[in-house]
Amino acid sequence: MNVLESFRIALRALGANKVRSALTMLGVIIGVAAVILLVAIGSGVQDEITGSIEGLGSNLMFVFAGNFEDGGGPGGGISIRRQFTLDDADLVQRRLDSRHIVVPIVQGPATLRVGNRTMRTTIAAGNEFSDTVFTADYAGGRGYRRSEVVAASRVVIIGSSVRDRLFPNQDPVGRTLTVSGQRFTVIGHVVAQGGSLTGDQDNQIYMPVTTAQRLLGTTDISSIVVKAETADEVDAVKRQVESIMRPAFGDEFTVFTQDQTLGLFQAILGTLTFMLAGIAGISLLVGGIGIMNIMLVSVSERTREIGIRKAVGARTYDIMSQFVIEAVSLSVVGGAIGIALGAAGAAILQQWVPTEVTVWAVGLAFTFSAAVGIFFGVYPAYKASRLDPIEALRYE
Amino acid sequence: MSAMPDKGASVDAGCDEARTVLEARAVSKCYHLGEVEVHALRGVDLSICEGQMLSIMGPSGSGKSTLMHIIGLLDRPSNGSVVVEGEEVSRMAPNELAAVRNRRIGFVFQSFNLLSRTTALANVELPLVYAGVAGAERTRRAQEALERVGLADRIGHLPNQLSGGQQQRVAIARALVTDPSIVLADEPTGNLDSASGIEVMKILQELNEHGITVVIVTHDDEVARHSQRIVHIRDGRIVRDEAVAVRILAAERERPLVDEAEGVGL
Repeated sequence: MNVLESFRIALRALGANKVRSALTMLGVIIGVAAVILLVAIGSGVQDEITGSIEGLGSNLMFVFAGNFEDGGGPGGGISIRRQFTLDDADLVQRRLDSRHIVVPIVQGPATLRVGNRTMRTTIAAGNEFSDTVFTADYAGGRGYRRSEVVAASRVVIIGSSVRDRLFPNQDPVGRTLTVSGQRFTVIGHVVAQGGSLTGDQDNQIYMPVTTAQRLLGTTDISSIVVKAETADEVDAVKRQVESIMRPAFGDEFTVFTQDQTLGLFQAILGTLTFMLAGIAGISLLVGGIGIMNIMLVSVSERTREIGIRKAVGARTYDIMSQFVIEAVSLSVVGGAIGIALGAAGAAILQQWVPTEVTVWAVGLAFTFSAAVGIFFGVYPAYKASRLDPIEALRYE
Repeated sequence: MSAMPDKGASVDAGCDEARTVLEARAVSKCYHLGEVEVHALRGVDLSICEGQMLSIMGPSGSGKSTLMHIIGLLDRPSNGSVVVEGEEVSRMAPNELAAVRNRRIGFVFQSFNLLSRTTALANVELPLVYAGVAGAERTRRAQEALERVGLADRIGHLPNQLSGGQQQRVAIARALVTDPSIVLADEPTGNLDSASGIEVMKILQELNEHGITVVIVTHDDEVARHSQRIVHIRDGRIVRDEAVAVRILAAERERPLVDEAEGVGL
């Protein structure tokens, strides 16, 4: 008996129990759809973050106080003995070739108020080169100037969400705004950058680093950003920055290049994607157990049929392949429907979350569902194939 | 009925010039039901000649069904051997036995044992599927077999759309379709009304006239007397082996039954 024949027999048996076949498949359908969907979200988010980091330009590097080389990434339980100050940023700028740009960064929380409207936000402060380094586009107004950085002027540039909230349908340029109790003049506003996952930049305000230090009552800076003139020089500039910082800080600082940052994010998000796939995989496993359960029921229900088939000459292999093919058909058809549903779900979710249906996720889900069918189908099939013909015929 | 084995009749003196199709040699079968040993067969010797129509007869519990299962290779003897067309089969592996059953033995069961939700044609095709016959050849042979049992117009029907007699005829067609050496029928009329029963016996007799060896297992003397030879079995032993002096011909009983309506039941 050939394989085609086994397929015909198996499909006829599944067709005879349509509702049961459909319900059994449901477990696999949900499992596969979950794998596809969750991996699509993971991959989509990963792409988005990678894209937004790459969008900053691959010739950027970030200098942080503290040694991140031995364990953890940014934010991971590092004790920082000494923070950078503006003097450290100046030192780097003076020693480096002036083709490369150095921006001291200060970040901190703030409360904004205009009239009776208030909102909480984050300050991102730098020097006059901030907008070139971070490629900001102004919807109106201008960036702050060197003189305003030197004088610690109370000027502020607002993100699009801040504008929409505090100055709805108005031009904010020239208006005054209270930032943590101090009066500021709005000199510009930035175009919306969309729901980026690296932090909502539309919800931030931007001001000179000196102004921010005064407002936050600190002389520290959060980090130093260095932009090498070309991407090829990144490694050389990194070594220079390290040799400049080492006399004062020893090993208590870290220079992250974009490549490193990218690698770190990708590692984290990759792990996250695998975790999501793993969770979804559990539901696939449960679906597989459902198949085994139904196949076992089917074997005992069809004992007499197995007896008849054996009496007229079916070999062990014929019975075995019939039941394995039934189980595999259930899981493969379920898998195909699951992939279609998962892809459709991913397309719908695209409106809120970035998703990407990857070939490897589809391949993995399909292979896994077929494997589930084989794995959970073999035992019932083996049981069926070993039945004694006369016992099977007597079975009522 | 004599309790003494009635040996020496011509029927048991070998198969004359005819070949022996199937032979049981000192076959015994012992079941273990918990602590108790049940001897279903205690040393049965039986030769079935080519072209013979033979009945194995005995009351329930006599071991006749066990004997049929063993000579049909559905079950294995505890001791002794079974020889099919000169080939010792009782020690074969399950898959080899399946192949012998497929090619050489056709079964007709009391309860028909057709696959439900499967058309008459597909049921008859089943042994050919396992014999590796495919496509048009398979359909043609199955159709021929159904024509032989007079069901050419019922090939697309499901078992539950057929009468009991028709279902049993489908089962006979299935038994025939591989051109077996021997057809084994276990109480073939047991679940049928008289008219259908006569029809089934008529078909079996027709097949036998065309040279097919037929073995019928029954407890019913009338059914047994349709054959040429009756082997009486009791308590696991053959107690008598007789030639049938006056054979009942089902074809002759059909018409009177129709005429008299409540004719002699089978």
